[in-house]
Amino acid sequence: MFSLDLSFYNWELFTNYILKGFLFSVQLTLIATVGGIVFGTALALMRLSGRSALVYPATFYVNTMRSIPLVMVILWFFLLIPMLIGQPIGADLSATITFIAFEAAFFSEIVRAGIQSVPRGQGFAAEALGMTYGQNMRFIVLPQAFRNMIPVFMTQTIILFQDTSLVYAIGAYDLLKGFEIAGKNYGRPIETYILAAFTYFIICFSLSKIVRKIQFKVAIIR
Amino acid sequence: MIELRNVSKWYGSFQVLTDCSTVINKGEVVVICGPSGSGKSTLIKTMNALEPFQQGEIVVNGISLHDPKTNLPQLRSRVGMVFQHFELFPHLSVTENLTLAQMKVLGRSVEKAKVHGLKYLERVGLLAQKDKFPGQLSGGQQQRVAIARALSMDPIVMLFDEPTSALDPEMVGEVLDVMVKLANEGMTMCCVTHEMGFARKVGHRVIFMDQGRIIEDCNKAEFFDNPHERSLRAQEFLSKILAH
Repeated sequence: MFSLDLSFYNWELFTNYILKGFLFSVQLTLIATVGGIVFGTALALMRLSGRSALVYPATFYVNTMRSIPLVMVILWFFLLIPMLIGQPIGADLSATITFIAFEAAFFSEIVRAGIQSVPRGQGFAAEALGMTYGQNMRFIVLPQAFRNMIPVFMTQTIILFQDTSLVYAIGAYDLLKGFEIAGKNYGRPIETYILAAFTYFIICFSLSKIVRKIQFKVAIIR
Repeated sequence: MIELRNVSKWYGSFQVLTDCSTVINKGEVVVICGPSGSGKSTLIKTMNALEPFQQGEIVVNGISLHDPKTNLPQLRSRVGMVFQHFELFPHLSVTENLTLAQMKVLGRSVEKAKVHGLKYLERVGLLAQKDKFPGQLSGGQQQRVAIARALSMDPIVMLFDEPTSALDPEMVGEVLDVMVKLANEGMTMCCVTHEMGFARKVGHRVIFMDQGRIIEDCNKAEFFDNPHERSLRAQEFLSKILAH
């Protein structure tokens, strides 16, 4: 009969194996979110610009990224970037670049929807006051769009946090990897994977509860 | 002030404006009316190039809108516009709504923009609401703030695109009062509206549109007092809206 041994669930397990991975996962999530939003906004503006020289490349990029599995992109970038720049860059940096590039495609779709959710009349009003396209976007459209998008951004970030576990493919040390190594060292993989699942669940579930709360607070009164 | 010469516009193959020509002189109050879908709103939006047009020419204060060298944002900053749905910026307070464009477009300092903007807010009777957000105001109040916002840019002409159509009937009066006051001060105005009372009271000229064409363009007295000399379409329209 199979029995669980939970005797090694202690503080040392956390400090020796888990903490390092946890910090990398959080760091990767935050950098990819910020970078993804910045580049995603640029991609969204390109797609909405109406100039084919900008629309087509951006559309191609977004559709490509959204149509291939993340694991594959992680592996490709890990192999491709060193080939392009002629030197190895390490799993951590490679993972960071990959996630920013990949998330930019997803965030760009969120930003695009957010911009389109701002009534057209707002842009007319800004233009009628003499604002340029850039001022219109910066002061009128994007602030409203981002406010509408905050809950969706956060949901995407939660998914992103879970997706960081895919860096196992290139051997980066993330939260899941920490559990995996601990499991091997203690010889109890089943128990550590149970703990891993529990950890991911607690983090993501509580975050999504927070998102629900925030959702009602940020809505703009019209 | 504003001159339109044979302006035509198409949405795809559908022609929305056909050969529209008129002149709005300095100090004049011109009312544009006509059935819905007749192109009134489109026409007034072409006057500050919010809507592009394919043929003809529009000259505002001596500057052609069709000239690719024209700095459109700069020109628009001198042409005030008030919209049917107010279009105040909901994420900004009333004061910020009044000052943003003054600072970013005209380069005024915060203090100067504030003093100037609040002066107009007082003039539309809403100084007490300066720290509120648009969502906390009634429709009539929002539209008055929108008028103050346009005025604080010191426009040479004001365009109104159905400013009272989205309002509850009891709020129409307060907005029209502001507009009448403005007209009496000598502001050059062009208003798309169905408020014939306003047209009679302060209008100098009435333009009647149907199916994208300007059918009547005559002074107020002629338009209202000699209806049988007007086109059949205009007579029909007038009898309908004046019947109530």
